Amino acid sequence: MPRYGMVVDVTKCDGCYNCFIACKDEHCNQEKKGYAAPQPMTGQFWLKIIGKERGQYPKVKQDYIALTCMHCENPACITAGDGAVYKRDDGIVIIDPEKAKGRKDIVSKCPYRVIYWNEEEQLPQKCTFCAHLLDAGWKEPRCVEACPTGALIFGDLDDPESAVSKAMKSAQAMHPEYNLGENVKFIGLPKNFVAGSVVFADTDECAKDVTVTLAGEDDTKTVKTDGFGDFEFEDLPDNKTYKVTVSAPGYKTQECEVKTYKSLNLGDIFLEK
Amino acid sequence: MAEKTFVNCTGGGAIRVHVEDGKITKVRPLVFDETDAPSWTIDVDGEKYTPFRKACVAPFSLVERARVYSEERILHPMKRVDFDPKGDRNPQNRGKSGYERISWDEALDLVAGEMKRIRETYGPEAIMSRGSSHHNWGNLGYRSAAWARFFNMIGFTDILDNPDSWEGWHWGATHAYGYYWRLGNPEHYDMLEDALRHTELLISWSNDPDTTHGIYGGTESAIWRLWLRDRGIKTIFIDPFHNYTAAHVGEKWIAYRPGTTSALALAIAYVWLQEGTYNKEYVANRTYGFDEFKAYVLGESDGTPKTPGWAAEVCGIESRTIVALAREWASHRTSLAGGTKGGEGGACRQAYATESARHLIFLQAMQGLGLPGISIWGTANGPPFNHTLEFPGYAQGGFNLIAEKPAVNSVKQRLYRLTVPDAILDGHVEWMGEGFCGNSIEQHFTKFSYPLPGHSEVKMFYRYGGSFLSTMTDTSKWVRMYQSPKLEFCVNQDCWWCNETRMADVILPACTNLERTDIAEWASSGGYSLHASGSANHRVIVYQQKCVDPVGESKPDYDIFVELADRLGYKDEFTEGNSWEDWIKKMYDWSDMPKYMDYEDFKKKGYYIVPQLENYKPTYALRWFAEGRPCDTPDTSNPKRGTDKAHELATDTGKIEFVSQSLMRHTPDDDERAPMPKYIPSWEGHESELFKKYPLQLISPHPRFSFHTHHDTRVPWLSEIPEHRMWIDGYNYQLCRIHPKDAEARGIKHGDVIKLFNDRATVLLAAYVTERVRPGVVHSYEGSSRYDPIEPGNSRSPDRGGCVNLLTPGRMMSKNVPGMAPNSCLVEMAKWEG
Repeated sequence: MPRYGMVVDVTKCDGCYNCFIACKDEHCNQEKKGYAAPQPMTGQFWLKIIGKERGQYPKVKQDYIALTCMHCENPACITAGDGAVYKRDDGIVIIDPEKAKGRKDIVSKCPYRVIYWNEEEQLPQKCTFCAHLLDAGWKEPRCVEACPTGALIFGDLDDPESAVSKAMKSAQAMHPEYNLGENVKFIGLPKNFVAGSVVFADTDECAKDVTVTLAGEDDTKTVKTDGFGDFEFEDLPDNKTYKVTVSAPGYKTQECEVKTYKSLNLGDIFLEK
Repeated sequence: MAEKTFVNCTGGGAIRVHVEDGKITKVRPLVFDETDAPSWTIDVDGEKYTPFRKACVAPFSLVERARVYSEERILHPMKRVDFDPKGDRNPQNRGKSGYERISWDEALDLVAGEMKRIRETYGPEAIMSRGSSHHNWGNLGYRSAAWARFFNMIGFTDILDNPDSWEGWHWGATHAYGYYWRLGNPEHYDMLEDALRHTELLISWSNDPDTTHGIYGGTESAIWRLWLRDRGIKTIFIDPFHNYTAAHVGEKWIAYRPGTTSALALAIAYVWLQEGTYNKEYVANRTYGFDEFKAYVLGESDGTPKTPGWAAEVCGIESRTIVALAREWASHRTSLAGGTKGGEGGACRQAYATESARHLIFLQAMQGLGLPGISIWGTANGPPFNHTLEFPGYAQGGFNLIAEKPAVNSVKQRLYRLTVPDAILDGHVEWMGEGFCGNSIEQHFTKFSYPLPGHSEVKMFYRYGGSFLSTMTDTSKWVRMYQSPKLEFCVNQDCWWCNETRMADVILPACTNLERTDIAEWASSGGYSLHASGSANHRVIVYQQKCVDPVGESKPDYDIFVELADRLGYKDEFTEGNSWEDWIKKMYDWSDMPKYMDYEDFKKKGYYIVPQLENYKPTYALRWFAEGRPCDTPDTSNPKRGTDKAHELATDTGKIEFVSQSLMRHTPDDDERAPMPKYIPSWEGHESELFKKYPLQLISPHPRFSFHTHHDTRVPWLSEIPEHRMWIDGYNYQLCRIHPKDAEARGIKHGDVIKLFNDRATVLLAAYVTERVRPGVVHSYEGSSRYDPIEPGNSRSPDRGGCVNLLTPGRMMSKNVPGMAPNSCLVEMAKWEG
C-alpha cells in the first residue's frame, strides 16, 4: 500500500498552466462516482497556480506555485467522528460526495483555502490526487502527467527509492506553522531577495568584482558583483533588517540599511573615489 | 459503455483522447510505451540528458475537450437574415446582422450558385480565398490540403500570405546570409548538444520560447532551458517585457525601447571594434563588406560614431550597461536567439526590421557564427534528429504529392494579405514581393498589380477560418472591406464563431480534426521550415484517429469541398474516385513509413515514434561554414548543398554580407532597406512626431495560452488564467500589462478597465499592473478570439474583446518591403469610465 505525496519544485515551474488545465479537463462537468461530484466548468481551482512577482523594475522575478490539497496527516477539514471527510490508508483525503452534502462549513476549515463550495451540488470540493485514476492503476494524477519540466514529483513516500521520497529531503511545507503534516511540500518557495547594481561613478562603468556584504542578526553573506555590476542575495526571510555594504579598493565604501518587507531592488549604487 | 482511447494531434502536440458513450472525457498528452523507439541521450562529460517519454504539449492542446464542445461551435449552416442573393444583399450590415439556420443543401446550393454566377459573370479570378493558421492539425483535412486542392482546381485569386511571423528575418536577414528556404531563419541542427557542450552565455533578444514553442513544439523544449540553466549557462533577456522564459531561466533583463534593436546592436559592435574583441579571422574569411560596416559604426562615413552613449539615448538604457553587455558577449562563447527559430521574435515585426535582423546576424558574424557554442539559436529546436525517414509536413504539397493530377491554379491574379482591404475598397493595389519567398531571394522583387490587366476585380471572399480581425494590422479596415458592396458575396467556413464569421453571408460549419481522421507528423510544416518537427524531442508520426462524431451538423472540410466540387462539376477531378481513407493511405505510402510499420498496425496504434539513428553523429548548424567545409547538415533545402559550392552560404558572395549584393543588384538606392543596413528611427516610435500625442509604445507578441485566435475565449478555462484574461463586472477582458508608474500617472489600478487608444481605434482591456514591463511600454497579446465592437457593425466603435491589432498601423515595414509592423505602434491609455 503506497502512501502518496507530492513535491512541487517551484524552481522548475515555468507557469505553463498545463497542470491547471489538465485538472479541469479531468473534473469539470464530469462526476467521479464515489470520489467527487463534477467540478463546475468555472470558478473552482482544485489545482491553483499562485503567481508571485518580486522585486522592482528591472530587477524582477516571477515564480509560479502549484497549490493542490496537501492531503495532510492531520487534516483541518476532518472533524473526528464526522465522516464527511476521511483519509484513506494511502493518505489521500477525500470529501465524501454523499456524506458531505450541505456541509458548507467544511469550506472554511482549510487554512490553505483549497476547498471550494459547489452551490449546484451543495458540496464542498477539492483536489483528490485523482484517486479514481490511481485506483484504476494510473501512476500519477493528471497534473503530474501534464507537467513538461518535472516540477511535480509524485509517488510513494514510503518507498525510499522513489523520486518523491528523495525530493522530500529538501522540501518544505508551505506553512509549517499550521502543524498539519502536509504531504505536499515545496522546493524553492520564493522568499526575499535584495539586489542592486554597483557603478564606478568616476568612469561610469559597471563595477565588476566588487565585494558586497549583507549583514543580518543571524549571519553575514558576501558576494562579488558580476560583469554588469549586479549583485543579489536570495532566500532571505521576511521582515529582517540587514546592512548592505559595498566596498572596492580606491573607492569610498557605501552602506545602507534594508528591511525585507518584500524583495528589494536597491537600484544603482554609485561608488565615488 | 467502455472507455476507448484515440490518438490525435494538435498544433501544440500529440494527444490521447478518451471517449465514453460517444463523448470526449479526457484529452491527455500522448504517453509513449515500452515498445516505442528509445529516446536519445546526450552525454556531456558524464552528465546525461534525455527527454521525457511523453508528449510535452502546449497548454492550449489540453483544452480540446472544452474546445470541441465549446458554446462557440457553429452547429448548423447559417444565412445572414438580410442577405438575399436574388434581391437585396445589404453588405453594409455585415457584422451586425443576425443569422438564421438553413439546411446543408440550401447552404451548398446557395454557395455553389453564387460561385457559378460570379465565375460566369466575371471570371474565376473574381473569387478570393485564404485559410487561417492554425485552427486544426493534419496533412489532408486542413488548410494546405483540402482547401488548397479545391481552390487551385477551380481557379481563384489567391491571397499571398505575408511572412507574418518572420517579417524582418524574411525580407532582411536573407540578404545577409541566405536561408531564404527557411524564410530567413537559420538551420538549427544539433544546436541543443552544441549549447550543452560549448555555449557559456545565451542572449535571448526578443525571444520567449516558453511561450512560442518553436511554433508547434508545445512545451517540449522547456526542459532544455532548465538543463542549460543548471549547467550554469546564464541567459540575458533583451526585451521590453520580462517575458515568461525570462521569468523561468533569466538572470539579467535589459529592458530597451521597442524599435531600437539596430542602435543597440551597432553600439555593441562599436565596443568590439574599439576593444578588438571580435573574431578578425572569421570576419576576414567568412564575411564580405566589413570595412564599410566598420566605417559606419565608427562614425567615419556619417560623422556619428555609434557609441554606447549614442545608443543609450536611443534605446533608453544606460551606456555602461551596453558596454558591459558587449564585453560579456565577447568574452564568452555566446549563442544569440532573435526569436524562437533563431529569428522570428517580435522585434522583427517593426518598422525597418529588415535592418535590425541583419544587425543581429552581423554581431554573431563578428564573433564567429557556427563555431562551437556560437550560434543563432532559439533554444527550441535542434535535438538529436533522425531526418532519414521522410514524411511530409502539412505545407509540403498536400494532395499534390499523391493525386494523379495535381491541382494548379489557372488564375494568375494575386492579392497580398496585408493589402486586401485596400485592394477591395480602392479597386487597385500594387506591391513587390511574392509573400513567402522560399524558393529564391529574387522573389522579393517580383512586382504585382491588382487587378491584373484583363482580369476582373474580386467580387467574392470565401474565407476559411476567421483570424484576420485579430492578427492583421489596422484591423478595422477588414470590417470596412467586408461591408463594402464591392464584395457581393462572403462565405465563412470554420468550426467556431470567430471574429470574421459574423461578416459572412453564409456560414458553413466544419468539424475539428478530433471529429474525423487525418494523418500528420507533430510540429512538421515541411516546406519552408524543413525539419521543424525537431521542436519536439521525438518525431511522432500520427494517424489522427476519429474520436467522436462531428458536433451538430458540422462536416469535415474535405466533405464540404467535395459537395461544392460536385455542384461546380469538379467532383471526379477533385476526388479521383478516392475515398477519404484512400487519400490517407496514399500519403502514408508516399512517405517512408511503409518501410517502418505496417499500415494497419499504424492505424490501430495511432502513432509511430521515429527511431534514433544508430551511432548518431551530430552535424552542427553552420559549423561547416565556420570551418570552411561543405555543408554536412541534413538541410536538403540548401541549394548549394551537395554542389561544388557547398561550403558557401546562399548569398552572391557565398559569405555573410555586411553589404548585401542581392540588394545591390536590385535596389541599390533604397535607403530604407539599404545594401548596408543602418539604424533608422521608426516611423512610429519614440522619435516620431506622433509620440507627443501618443507616448506609449504597444507591443503585441504571440499569445501564450492560445494559438493566435484559435483557443482564447471559446474555452472558459483559459479565461480563468489570471495572466490571460480577467473577469470584470461580468465581462471577460484581455489583459494589458502596464508599469506602475504609467498606471499611477493616469489614476489606473490593477484590475481597472482601461482603454488603449490612438487615431485608429479604441480597445478596452483589463489593466494588469506589473514591474515586468518597461515604463512607457504596454504589452497586450495579439490573437484575441473576440472582436466585440460596442456598436456592432461600426468599424470605428471601441472594441471590448481585446483586438489590439485595431490599434496597429497598416503601413508596410519600408517602401520596398511588404512586411507588417504591428510592434511599431503608439497609443495612449486612460481609465475607462464608461
